[in-house]
Amino acid sequence: MNLVAPPKQDTARLEQVWAVLDTVLDPEVPAVSVRDLGIVRDVIATSDGGIEVVLTPTYSGCPATEVIERDVLAAVHAAGLGPARVRLQRAPAWTTDWISEAGRQKMNAYGIAPPGPVLDQGESLVRVIPRLACPRCGSKRTERLSAFGSTACKALYRCIACQEPFEHFKPI
Amino acid sequence: MTASIQVTTNPAVQYVLRLGDTCLIAGQRLAEWSGRGPVLEEDIALSNMALDLVGQARALLTHASKLEGAGHDEDQLAFLRDERDFLNPTLVELPRGDFAVTVLRNAILATFLKQLWIRLQGSSDSELAGIAGKAVKEARYHQQHAADWVARLGDGTDESRRRMERALRDLWLYVAELFDADAVDEAAAASGLGPRWSDVQAAWTAEMDQILEGGKLQAPKLGAFRSDGKRGRHSEHMGYILAEMQHLQRSFPGGVW
Repeated sequence: MNLVAPPKQDTARLEQVWAVLDTVLDPEVPAVSVRDLGIVRDVIATSDGGIEVVLTPTYSGCPATEVIERDVLAAVHAAGLGPARVRLQRAPAWTTDWISEAGRQKMNAYGIAPPGPVLDQGESLVRVIPRLACPRCGSKRTERLSAFGSTACKALYRCIACQEPFEHFKPI
Repeated sequence: MTASIQVTTNPAVQYVLRLGDTCLIAGQRLAEWSGRGPVLEEDIALSNMALDLVGQARALLTHASKLEGAGHDEDQLAFLRDERDFLNPTLVELPRGDFAVTVLRNAILATFLKQLWIRLQGSSDSELAGIAGKAVKEARYHQQHAADWVARLGDGTDESRRRMERALRDLWLYVAELFDADAVDEAAAASGLGPRWSDVQAAWTAEMDQILEGGKLQAPKLGAFRSDGKRGRHSEHMGYILAEMQHLQRSFPGGVW
């Protein structure tokens, strides 16, 4: 671990990188940025003058992981902040609890019910299905249609009040 | 045809390959349901679970190749090994069968993998522990989903119950293999790499009993028959699934998306 405070120009550059990462959107939920999702774990200035962005994958089989890597590198390079590389860090495992409050609001406005807090249900085989508020009309008269949705991270719901289907970002 | 590769008999590599091959072949089988699910929701669910399993396999095979140190990558391990070098238990290579077989196998496998992942989070190998920390969340969700279906089909119509009972009889023959300990397991337990597969039998049995009870079903007794896929001796179905899975890479060596 590097305990020496980074030089000033590095601090400014790292802040710029963080700001750039605010503009890189998740390819499958293009309402939230990779920073909102909490998958950017760190941004480091490397000794060879480069930038290392530490990303944590969401799901093992998420096909967006590689697109996100590419988008992050492209954005950092386009802002003239490179050279940059990405390092994937698996542990600790990503959890939806890392999604920012702003990210949750953007998700809801986009029509996806954001995840609630991850509850420790032990190793219970019985799943608790949360009653969600419809992201369109706010009614809590909703029901789950499908445990899996268009991507591994989402489930499919429907609102009984306004009759609209919607997706739910599953807490994991 | 690209020449096949052979992998080392180093027990740590074999231990990780067993896990990786289990996820890979199970994922490949499950993916056969894409576009063929009994209802749209289940088509999506099975495809999503297949995707999780293939994702876990990618991480495990990448890690196995790192431990092996022979310069292979995940694709070479998946697409250029011959049947005898695949170390998945026979259970996961059996044909997908009807929906009852698929549901029951998913329940058996997710329960088994979940119990392994729980223990592997404490592996002395930090990369393997990291993979486990991610995969355990996915396995939990798969297990709950499969358990729901075991209850619905087992305690459903006469026809769904008949099929579940048949699936139980057919698949149970291949369960004993999961818990046979051997030198690969002993080495992993001794080095702290991971549990012997036999170490999870008690927890697996308790959870499976609970799942089956939900469908008013009962586990058959384990018989004397032993399949031996995890030591490379596979059923007649393995060659066909590998032919389909490896065809593209063998025909167009090094092809990438």
